Amino acid sequence: MNILDVKNLTAGYGDFQALFGINLEIGQGETVAIIGSNGAGKSTFLKSVAGLLIEHSDDIVFKGENIGTLPAHKVVKRGIALVPEGRRLFPSLSVEENLLMGGYNKRKGPWNLERIYSLFPILKEKRRNPGTALSGGQQQMVAIGRGLMSNPDLLLCDEISLGLAPTTVKDIYDALPTIQKDGTAVLLVEQDINRALSVSDRIYCFQEGRVSLEGKPDAVSREEIKAAYFGM
Amino acid sequence: MEWVNTVVQGVLLGGLYAMFATGLSLMFGIMRLVNIAHGDFIILGAYLGLVVVTTLGLSPLLSLIIVLPVMFMIGYVLQRVLLNRTLGTDILPPLLVTFGLSIILQNILLEVFSADTQKLPAGELGLSSITVTGDLSIGVLPLITFLVSVAVIGGLQFLFYRTELGRAFRATSDDQETVRLMGVGNSHIFGLAMAIAMAVVAVAGIFLALKTNFDPTIGPARLLYGFEAVIIGGLGSLWGTLVGGIILGVAQAIGAQIDPGWQILAGHLVFLIILIFRPRGLFPRSVD
Amino acid sequence: MSAIEQMEKYSVARSTTASKGAAVVSAFILIVLISVPFWAARSDLRTVVEFAYYLSLAQMWNLLAGYAGLVSVGQQAFVGLGGYMLFVLAIYLNVPPIAAVFLSGGIVALIAIPTALTVFRLRGAYFAIGTWVVAEVFRLGFAQISVLGGGSGQSLPATIVREIGSGRSEREMIIYFTALFIAVLSVGIVYWLLRSKHGLALTAIRDSEPASGSLGVNMFKTKLSVYVLAAGVTGVVGGLIFLQKLRISPEAAFSVQDWTAAVIFIVVIGGIGTIEGPILGTLIYFVLRGLLADYGSVYMIVLGIVAVVVMLKAPQGVWGLLANKYNLYLFPLRRRLDRKNDLER
Repeated sequence: MNILDVKNLTAGYGDFQALFGINLEIGQGETVAIIGSNGAGKSTFLKSVAGLLIEHSDDIVFKGENIGTLPAHKVVKRGIALVPEGRRLFPSLSVEENLLMGGYNKRKGPWNLERIYSLFPILKEKRRNPGTALSGGQQQMVAIGRGLMSNPDLLLCDEISLGLAPTTVKDIYDALPTIQKDGTAVLLVEQDINRALSVSDRIYCFQEGRVSLEGKPDAVSREEIKAAYFGM
Repeated sequence: MEWVNTVVQGVLLGGLYAMFATGLSLMFGIMRLVNIAHGDFIILGAYLGLVVVTTLGLSPLLSLIIVLPVMFMIGYVLQRVLLNRTLGTDILPPLLVTFGLSIILQNILLEVFSADTQKLPAGELGLSSITVTGDLSIGVLPLITFLVSVAVIGGLQFLFYRTELGRAFRATSDDQETVRLMGVGNSHIFGLAMAIAMAVVAVAGIFLALKTNFDPTIGPARLLYGFEAVIIGGLGSLWGTLVGGIILGVAQAIGAQIDPGWQILAGHLVFLIILIFRPRGLFPRSVD
Repeated sequence: MSAIEQMEKYSVARSTTASKGAAVVSAFILIVLISVPFWAARSDLRTVVEFAYYLSLAQMWNLLAGYAGLVSVGQQAFVGLGGYMLFVLAIYLNVPPIAAVFLSGGIVALIAIPTALTVFRLRGAYFAIGTWVVAEVFRLGFAQISVLGGGSGQSLPATIVREIGSGRSEREMIIYFTALFIAVLSVGIVYWLLRSKHGLALTAIRDSEPASGSLGVNMFKTKLSVYVLAAGVTGVVGGLIFLQKLRISPEAAFSVQDWTAAVIFIVVIGGIGTIEGPILGTLIYFVLRGLLADYGSVYMIVLGIVAVVVMLKAPQGVWGLLANKYNLYLFPLRRRLDRKNDLER
């Protein structure tokens, strides 16, 4: 059974429609990447699933339950965590407090402070610092750790490599196998196509609010991706 | 010696003003809400105390056992039912709705309790004082008021920085959207924030009613004192708020010493002077 | 096509059938109002004067809050100052009373400049409370001035009252026409301001402020001008109010309930950010007050509840509801009040 089933999702902001009938599914423990150019609707999609966006059709089924109408703070209790674009750390909270905020809902699971610190040791060193005093890569680690602290069954990651140096991106993606090991499904939005292809079981390409391509990384050709990405 | 006495009385008065201010500071800090009816809720607290004292025969301080939870609940319900609907990018709705509440509350109190002035019986507490030196004596009631105020601020400080709820409050203050991704429901958190602010208001109302005569119309002035203490102290700092309250209290005491008609005026003028020269207050939080 | 012809074409394009109809109706109403003193009872005359000054106060508050984004709860400062300036000018400087009413407005506008420079340091809701502090400073300050009667206030001496007009009915007629003039003036000023190039700038200010949170230099100047202008007109109205009352005291002059709360409720209920809203709101206010006259302070409670409900359920006000339903725009200016709710579902 799929952990997430999205059928014919439409969404938008006020008069502006951003998604036009998205179908997307994620299997148990699967890692799926969404690629697409700016404005293709990737972030809108993640926000809809996470419950941050109000104006969308309500056909999002998670673990057999329709969560389409649930607000964000209830969605996270069902087991979906979103690592938001731009990290969005709480500036007046320390690194450790940021992580603890992630565990606010007290869901049971494998993740706790100690495990986050062993996944990203640098954070233990800096745990008393304000979250915003860290480098971009370290901040991203806090954001991911904060998401994991809610012990999600599905982790949504929005552009976690954006604006980071290649070596830093590698450090962050090195954590992925550990996350997957517990059976956590991951949905990544990633601008770096090569990265997306190499880490995911399946990819979706969004273009102007629609799915333009879907498949396993080794089953889709470069040309297909190019066409789906740029709409040529 | 007379002046030392004046300053000491002013400092103690400042404790009460700090209590007026912490509720405002709390609401603004967590949900960017400025409650114009704040002063009228202080007076509501005073009247609730009066009702409890006269019907149950409890002593004024003990009346808090009932008044405090009642105000706490009023705060929570008010926020969930009414004020949450006003929050958003536009400042007009919360401002006008709470201003409306202020006028409604004042006039309801007027209808129910009439315009007669009331006072809670302070009894022995109101009369006794501690002699420090020959000329300087400190009233026990003002001293208790001040100490309670320090305890309230200390308690809130603990709540904010040492508890899980406080962490959620601070996170909400930072970023109302992201905090929802952590499983924090804004409506509930805002309700709790208002409830706690109202609990402080209850304490402030009882101590106000022990200290002075009150009637339904004196709420707005209390809003202004609290507001001035917040701005003098610098937004977002609870201990700064205490200092703000003390500065205001001392200014009023000195004003009153010069001419009784100048008490309140002196406080307002000191506030305006500080606003002109230190618009961000004396202890501003580094970033807004 | 000449430039003038083009301009004419423009103004025709801006007006609507409703607005042309409204112009005819307003002209008719104005003629009726001018004839009132010649046939109406003395109490009716007083009511129309009161209507005129509430309408003017409402237009000014609406100009501040509805257009310039300056939500003040301290307009009673300028009503009171205007009233006191009238007394000072008329009693101590021998200025003829009616001239003193208008001169008071000028003085109040001058006083509003340093006031603005102080309260403009506060943003949003804190600005609102700051304006209230200033009003309290004036109230407490005037209570200390013993030559003006201190806390208990004073009456306008009979000699000066006679300067308004020799007989009582003559005085009342003069005050009536002054009031009418001031009301038309205040509506006219707002209309003119919004039709001028400043109108668009004003609307832009209100809409952009929450996002930017800071004031650019031009915005600051525009806001300052609007604040001072509104204070001046409010001061004139204050002079008029206490010319009619013939007696002033700090409590009456700087009453937040009479000169600001009632005015805010009028504008909110009628429709904030429109010229028609305050007019309709003033009518509703007088009807409600008349109906509840026997129940003391209950009318303020009812008024407050109605205002709160309107703010929550129909923030565009009664006029906004009517205008949307019947597509009415009597004054061809459009302005929408947008509300966004950030909370979860």
